Amino acid sequence: MSEVILPGSGAGRRLLANTGFLLGALIVGAVLIVAILAPWISPHDPFAIDLTRRLVPPVFMEGGTPLNLLGTDQLGRDYLSRLIYGARISMVIGISTVIVSGLIGTTIGVLGGFYGGRVDDAVMFAITARLSIPVVLVALAVAGLMGTSFLLVILILGLLLWDRFAVVARSTTMQLRNLDYVSAAWCAGSSHSSVLLKEILPNIATHLAVVATLEMALAILLEAALSFLGLGVPAPLPSWGLMISEAKEYMFFTPWVILVPGIALFVLVLGVNLLGDALRDMLGTDLNR
Amino acid sequence: MSALLEVQGLRVTFGGTAAVRGASLTVNKGETHCLVGESGCGKSVTSLAIMALLAKGGRREADVLSFAGQDIRGLNERQMSRLRGDRMAMIFQEPMTSLNPAYTVGSQMTEVLRRHRGASRVQAVDRAAELLGRVGITAPGLRLGQFPHQLSGGLRQRVMIAMALMCDPELLIADEPTTALDVTVQAQILRLLAGIQKDLGLGILLITHDLGVVARIADRVSVMYAGEVVESAPTAALFADPQHPYTRGLLACVPVPGKVKRGDPLGSIPGVVPRIPPGFRGCAFRDRCAYAHAECAGTIPRRGAGAGHEVLCTLPPGYASRVAA
Amino acid sequence: MLRFLLRRLAVALLVALTVLTLSFLLTRLSGDLAISIAGPNATQEDVDIIRRAYGLNRPLTQQYLDWLVRAVQGDFGDSFFFKDRVAKLIASRLPITMTLGLVGLAIALVVSLPLGIIAAVRENSWVDRSVMMVALIGQAMPSFWLGLILMVVLGLNLGWLPISGTGGWEYYVMPGIVLAFSAIPSLMRLTRSGMIEALSSDYIRTARAKGLSRLSILVKHGFRNAAIPVVSIAAVQLGFMLGGSIVIESVFAMHGVGYLAWESIGKNDFPVVQAVVLVLALLYIALTLLADMLNAVLDPRLRSA
Repeated sequence: MSEVILPGSGAGRRLLANTGFLLGALIVGAVLIVAILAPWISPHDPFAIDLTRRLVPPVFMEGGTPLNLLGTDQLGRDYLSRLIYGARISMVIGISTVIVSGLIGTTIGVLGGFYGGRVDDAVMFAITARLSIPVVLVALAVAGLMGTSFLLVILILGLLLWDRFAVVARSTTMQLRNLDYVSAAWCAGSSHSSVLLKEILPNIATHLAVVATLEMALAILLEAALSFLGLGVPAPLPSWGLMISEAKEYMFFTPWVILVPGIALFVLVLGVNLLGDALRDMLGTDLNR
Repeated sequence: MSALLEVQGLRVTFGGTAAVRGASLTVNKGETHCLVGESGCGKSVTSLAIMALLAKGGRREADVLSFAGQDIRGLNERQMSRLRGDRMAMIFQEPMTSLNPAYTVGSQMTEVLRRHRGASRVQAVDRAAELLGRVGITAPGLRLGQFPHQLSGGLRQRVMIAMALMCDPELLIADEPTTALDVTVQAQILRLLAGIQKDLGLGILLITHDLGVVARIADRVSVMYAGEVVESAPTAALFADPQHPYTRGLLACVPVPGKVKRGDPLGSIPGVVPRIPPGFRGCAFRDRCAYAHAECAGTIPRRGAGAGHEVLCTLPPGYASRVAA
Repeated sequence: MLRFLLRRLAVALLVALTVLTLSFLLTRLSGDLAISIAGPNATQEDVDIIRRAYGLNRPLTQQYLDWLVRAVQGDFGDSFFFKDRVAKLIASRLPITMTLGLVGLAIALVVSLPLGIIAAVRENSWVDRSVMMVALIGQAMPSFWLGLILMVVLGLNLGWLPISGTGGWEYYVMPGIVLAFSAIPSLMRLTRSGMIEALSSDYIRTARAKGLSRLSILVKHGFRNAAIPVVSIAAVQLGFMLGGSIVIESVFAMHGVGYLAWESIGKNDFPVVQAVVLVLALLYIALTLLADMLNAVLDPRLRSA
């Protein structure tokens, strides 16, 4: 019978969400600190080429040396140092993209959800049109035509990844608009902008935070994919995607060269996703549906 | 009359919470037995426990749980599924959601007969159409091809009843079948159940909180309070001479034409159904009872109070009515 | 129902027109095409010749209308590099990309449906948690990197599959697995949540009360309802997979439209690039339309509405 509420069920789930949250926070926090402290903690100059010491294996493999803990790449650059500086690129790309796309998506979504009618039709249309555009292909095409640069990658991704922000901002605003306290603020003579900023935005912020983690993970993966294809962050910057791309010619002989940056990328994205999932579980919202 | 369903000392727990605490009741062949009580008293859980349909996490224990002379306590899910829908059928409170929205009425009705009797499609469709006619649905052929969302609530409940009758069950458990329906439709469904009971001679266990329903169609009534059956009697005896203070309170809540005068306040029972902590002893009603005394915290005896009339109370039979008078 | 579909069709056409316009603007606004085409060593004279040859000296609106009229007829002009009709190039490459997408979707469904169902049936057990872990891992896996790993392990070390290239069915297995990985997390989560919802519903209790077999309860009554959203998301995921095929095709050197686009980007072959963008977008639009229609077919409540 439905009136009996089972005690204890869901407790395991909450615990899992918590360990997920802890693990995610640990990973993202660690990468963030590494990224900030990069100049002080990296053992070598990530750009210093030493052709006499190419593809030295990591210290835990045969032939490794404590001088280069994670070995060196095909140009003799210290892998660990490049990995540490690469964390900067991933974090900056992830965060900046989310800021750009978040601003665009939230603005569009809130306007559509708040005003409804024709405005909402236009917003829905914009979202539909955006979703039909193949992101990677368009990003590559623009980068190919305009040349590659760090800033361009952020702009391209920011201009393309706003759809989920818009969808969530729109639906949550729509729900809020009809609530009593929002109507009350309106009736009390508050202006549109003040209702939007004081009543709506603070209340959809948590939902947007969940989207932000998902989009950050996506942006990090996309930057890596663009750089891997040679149209993202330009060489010699140590983007993890670019590192994998440069190493792939050697992967059949020394597989660790793609393993090291790949695992770093995987772990960071996993951490960001874990944070997002835990956040979503705590909020009890289901964005996948 | 022989017992079709016999339940003694039924206990159901969800985690640490006891939902049913030793309930006992007997449904005889060809008898309509009503189980009444407030919401949350455990009457729906009792019915689900009998059918072994408890939600995840529910644990069932019983001293006696037998159906047509067979002990069904130890049956596993597969053996139980052979009985369900065939010899013991059940209908639910929510006709709007109890039918699968993805399949036609015909498909959902015929699968019962095909599962239990290995009937052919044609046989099953014929049987379904016949039963739809039996439950008062016109144009059964049309309805068989329709989806649940195309039917009204009353029609859906008729479909549920017809579906339950597909295999000619000996026992039909109806868990508040009319609660979600309009008042006029409620009366139709009850008349239908009463008619079916008379024609087919099956035993019905009807769960309800509506004493009006009980008075109209029950042969026998069990009153449930906080997971226990506190009083059980033939319908006439229960209404004429209620023994348990809780039953008396329940009856006082119902206006009776001719007895209750205009301007008289209707009765009410103070307080709410309490949460029963594990290891609780004594009468669960004592905090709300006007006649509670020290003995009520001890073991409560089951007393006879006339033919087939049993009550779970420390008060001697007839005591409450004498005090009230 | 018909009205809904007509409305959906009108929106789809409008979106297609928008994408058409965007893919035109994409190439024109990214800089001076003539200079890009001519290359870094070209003189001003070369650039002028190219400008005239490709009609880039005409007003932008005229170029746009011209491209629009021809694109609607399926004429995307000539490729600079391949010296061939763009439409013909795409038509010869599209089957590879479509096959890859369908193989990926098939693998994704074969993996995610049973796992999603099992996770729902054993909700909150270790099985459920492991399945959710798989979803998390799939979500965080960089597809190009997974491709490389598979090439090393399955291709080189175990020698089970060809490492890269275009050819028979065996060339589709590894890229198919990689592509499937991108769709598995969302399909699996949706199957799981849909099944959990279905299994806790009243009609499942009815099915049990009818004494139906466990298989019938799970599949016929449970999954049938959980499948409705899964089917439409699967169609949309196929659209995403086709759009994302550029990465996989370049990793595995499969000569589909994605690879074609990647090559053409490197060679500033803009008629090919904008045509591929357009074709993939139109495919996505068609797939979402298909998803809506499938939904209407599967859900009787929508059908008669």
